[in-house]
Amino acid sequence: MIVNSKRTQWLAPVAVMLGFAAIEVISAHAEIPLGERRSGYADLAPDTKAMQDDDTANPGMLWVQDGEALWNAKSGAANRACADCHNDARTTMTGVAARYPAFNSKLGRPIDLEQRINLCRVERQQASAFAYESKELLSLSAFIGKQSRGEPIAPPTDERLRPFLEAGLEQFNRRQGQLNLSCGQCHDDNWGKRLAGSLIPQAHPNGYPLYRLEWQAVGSLQRRLRNCIVGMRAEPYDYGAPEYVSLEIYLMWRARGLPIETPAVRP
Amino acid sequence: MNVRRCALLVLLCAATGTVASGQGSLRPYVIVDDAIPASLTGTRGDPGRGRAIVVARQNTCLLCHSGPFPEERFQGNLSPSLKGTGARWNEGQLRLRLVDASRLNAHTIMPSYYRVEGLNRVAPAWRGKPILSAEQIEDVVAYLATLRDE
Ligand code: HEC
Ligand code: HEC
Ligand code: HEC
Repeated sequence: MIVNSKRTQWLAPVAVMLGFAAIEVISAHAEIPLGERRSGYADLAPDTKAMQDDDTANPGMLWVQDGEALWNAKSGAANRACADCHNDARTTMTGVAARYPAFNSKLGRPIDLEQRINLCRVERQQASAFAYESKELLSLSAFIGKQSRGEPIAPPTDERLRPFLEAGLEQFNRRQGQLNLSCGQCHDDNWGKRLAGSLIPQAHPNGYPLYRLEWQAVGSLQRRLRNCIVGMRAEPYDYGAPEYVSLEIYLMWRARGLPIETPAVRP
Repeated sequence: MNVRRCALLVLLCAATGTVASGQGSLRPYVIVDDAIPASLTGTRGDPGRGRAIVVARQNTCLLCHSGPFPEERFQGNLSPSLKGTGARWNEGQLRLRLVDASRLNAHTIMPSYYRVEGLNRVAPAWRGKPILSAEQIEDVVAYLATLRDE
């Protein structure tokens, strides 16, 4: 961490000599070494950790329970439940959340878990798609996510994802907003430090959807990303925008190997 | 720090004396070496108002900095303390630091408080507006210059 935060100071004189193009390449690739990657869980206060660890105290479990009810409920013109085709999620959905977003051949682009759920909603149940951040979509994705708890993040090795991964990396390192900051300047270079009262985490997506104390509710990764984008005084993308999917692909790749914690708890 | 300042001189000598700003509604200013020697408004700022600006959340300084603000519970540690900064830098240097810190260090995380160009995807509410007005910059410069105790 210390090495990382000193990086720009070190390189500033070099940049003057080499020109700025060279340093952009270097800084874009100065990621946190794999061995130093840690979940946001590591920095939680003891009582927040305890809340996440105990299913009877973790408020996110209420969403998981609602998700289970939805999983088993017949719905749509097809009058089918998710369970009618996918059986017991405890076996069929294990590890699924750990390998999304994934490339969807029919659409010719990557989709995240929420979009995957809505595809089945529309195509298989013949029902209307759930809105982003609706109780239903959060509950189902929390329920499916929970089936991967403890599973290491394992992004698919699918060459078709590469351009989207690269787009996500580029977004992560691009300065934006009135404050002219990049995600990486906080989450790669300054993690572990304090931004006023908040500890800067490494920005891993391994707990989503999760219960955030500030929200007093479960929210998606996209909601969290929007919070950071608004904090930079940049314009957030609309929910479901392809930019969030590329960013998520990069975040999942960056967090590869970290265990899924859904539903996690964060401050 | 020494190495960095030499590097800065290399960078800035080339820019010496150029008019740096004709951006929209912003007032023009002249950079000389690593400073903007002249007040943006032509008058001196008010240090009392400057302190209030620095500690106000929406002006973002305390996200990154700490300083002699015993009443403020939440102060950042991403950057040097503002304590003693008036002994380290003169008013002109502090002014350039606030107006556009990226001219001192292209890779700094410190936002440019009086700049509207060269930014990406700025949210509509903030678009075309500097983070601080020229008057606020002068108030903050006047306040920072009083922070002489290390
Ligand atoms: C009529 C059967 C049917 C129903 C009902 C159905 N699905 Fe599916 N689902 C499928 C099939 C078939 C696939 C395989 C991929 C495809 O569609 O391309 C799939 C794929 C998935 C996947 C991706 C699994 C993976 O390994 O990548 C998820 C997640 C999923 N469904 C969730 C749901 C949820 C949640 C519901 C209820 C809202 C649901 N499905 C309802 C048939 C169904
Ligand atoms: C100015 C610093 C800063 C910038 C820039 C920033 N973030 Fe954050 N981010 C934070 C802080 C602080 C938190 C933790 C908030 C809290 O605990 O209340 C956070 C939290 C997160 C989390 C949640 C991690 C977890 O454990 O749940 C993710 C993911 C994230 N940020 C991604 C991003 C992305 C992507 C960008 C760029 C679009 C970005 N951030 C830009 C400061 C920043
Ligand atoms: C996003 C983080 C960030 C914010 C917000 C920020 N700064 Fe800075 N500031 C820095 C960093 C980092 C440095 C160290 C030099 C560098 O990297 O440019 C610095 C350096 C300074 C210095 C020189 C300190 C010294 O004595 O060496 C002053 C003065 C200063 N900032 C004042 C301010 C004021 C006033 C505000 C609010 C209007 C502010 N900063 C907001 C990050 C920030």
